[in-house]
Amino acid sequence: MLRAEGVTKEFQHKRGIVHVLKDASFSIESGEYVSVVGASGSGKSTLLLMLGGMLSPTAGRVLLDGESLYELGSGGRTGVRREKIGFVFQTFNLIPYLTALENVQVPLMLSGTRMQRQNEIASDLLNRVGLSDRLEHKPSELSVGQQQRVALARMLANDPAVILADEPTGNLDPETGRQILQFLGEVNAQGRTVVVVTHDAEAATDAQRKLRLENGSVVPG
Amino acid sequence: MRLGTLVRRELLERRTQVATSFLAILLGIAVIVSVKNITFYSEKAVAREMDALGANVLVLPKSVTVQDYYSADMQEAEIPEEYVTRLVMSDLEGLDNLSPKLSVPVSLGGRTFTLTGILPKQEFQAKAMWAGAGIFSRPQGCGTVPGAPGADDTPPQESLVRRRVIDDLGPAESLVGADVAALLGVEAGSELVVLDRTLSVIAVLPRTGTVDDSRIFAHLHTVQDMTGRGAVINAIEIVGCCLEISQGLVEKVNRLLPEAQVLTVAQIVDTQIRMNEIMSRFSALIVAVIAIVGGVSIANYMFANVYERRREIGTLMALGAGRSAVMGVFLLKALLLGLVGGVGGYVLGTGLAVLLGPKLARIPVLPMPSLALWALGISVGISLVGSYFPAMRATRLDPSDALREV
Repeated sequence: MLRAEGVTKEFQHKRGIVHVLKDASFSIESGEYVSVVGASGSGKSTLLLMLGGMLSPTAGRVLLDGESLYELGSGGRTGVRREKIGFVFQTFNLIPYLTALENVQVPLMLSGTRMQRQNEIASDLLNRVGLSDRLEHKPSELSVGQQQRVALARMLANDPAVILADEPTGNLDPETGRQILQFLGEVNAQGRTVVVVTHDAEAATDAQRKLRLENGSVVPG
Repeated sequence: MRLGTLVRRELLERRTQVATSFLAILLGIAVIVSVKNITFYSEKAVAREMDALGANVLVLPKSVTVQDYYSADMQEAEIPEEYVTRLVMSDLEGLDNLSPKLSVPVSLGGRTFTLTGILPKQEFQAKAMWAGAGIFSRPQGCGTVPGAPGADDTPPQESLVRRRVIDDLGPAESLVGADVAALLGVEAGSELVVLDRTLSVIAVLPRTGTVDDSRIFAHLHTVQDMTGRGAVINAIEIVGCCLEISQGLVEKVNRLLPEAQVLTVAQIVDTQIRMNEIMSRFSALIVAVIAIVGGVSIANYMFANVYERRREIGTLMALGAGRSAVMGVFLLKALLLGLVGGVGGYVLGTGLAVLLGPKLARIPVLPMPSLALWALGISVGISLVGSYFPAMRATRLDPSDALREV
């Protein structure tokens, strides 16, 4: 279970303090598919980074499976991200000089998986997203839709229990976006928790539950 | 995939930037290697030239001064020949060309000449063998360049004049100075009767303008026998290696021969030491400047690389890369750059030294394999030190900052 308890996030700027989140509390059950919606700049991505152990809250706690992420220390959070969380980004964040296969192998390499097993898992995942004929292609040689599919394959490399997707269809045409959402639905059906930040109304409807960010507060959508 | 694959791919992806940085290391190491290589052979050449000036360490009886020795060369005071054996048997480093001498005045054709007994090199080898130790097991040759052209091709006459040693000299053989030959009308192959003993002249020494021109050199044991003075000598002339002299060789010889006095010919030794100091300081200065410039250049490149790759670093952290993995990405890259730059720099530097050494320093320069490890050590060291702080910065990047724009 993923849980936020009184999470507050403030950013210090030259012109003063910006309050992004104010005392936000909510829970996401294991296996749930939740969409987080809100206006641009409402703090959706910030919230997702905090849920993924990438950005510490100014106040409050974020718990994954009962473990408070920001009381773990840097090394502990790295371990949690490696083993339990899969990220998907709007701009895919593929490493440009690695092939599709190698990009999917990165999380496996970081978790110490042996070379042969890395190859098997990465090939299998790319096959699953329909890119078995693009294993040796670099991101620049792939369409944007194909790049996002490589990112989806990479997301699943370490078999994470929680998927955090930030505007996964934001850069895609409607048809490709549909395919990506369908894929996220499939991985949720396998029992993984999926949290999707989106401003795409259609993307949000795929979720079982909607959370809305309004004036720094999280309210049911 | 391994971390090395990621590093290698990134290096190949940014070839132009890497090439600039690699070139900085390569040229830096090449300059260091070529300077070191040329300096090494320059030092040897200087040492060889200094060697031509003669012995720089003298072992004399306690009652004799250097002035006495150089003005008369035939003082009555003696030291036992056994001192030579002690020196040969010792493990002292830096003793080169030991030359024990016994000089006595002799009258020939109404003129007085100096009969000087010397011990050929072959006798030293015999002494060492008797004791089961080898004189040549001790490092030798501070005044020579091993393997360098022109180092060991000195003819016997020249070697006696320059280095005070001769390889072989029979009991009834002699070498005569230029004045002796001219005044007595002898030449190589002639016979000379000295103190009722007939000596064959095997060579006439080239003119030196010194007292040696009026000397007759014969085997030490023959002269001892002819004069009836027993196993004694007047002096031992030594070409001591200046490095060892600066490290206390004279004191060590003094401890070994407490009954004698051991002196250095200060001017010669000082010049040798000063020349070597200048060369090693110059070399150290070059190394220091290049190390700093190279380190700053690498650091500059790495800082730019970290900035350029902050999004990638953020992604790696999101995928589970810890600080050590991020650090590893940059330090492994530095290691690769250092290794390749070190090997390339050694090859280029050695080539430059061998090609340019004879033209710039007028000395033959040979490749020095020992510099390869040196080059690699410096290259990798500069690269790692220069990359450490940029790598530390990468590990401290806030991944959320790198990904915020997503």
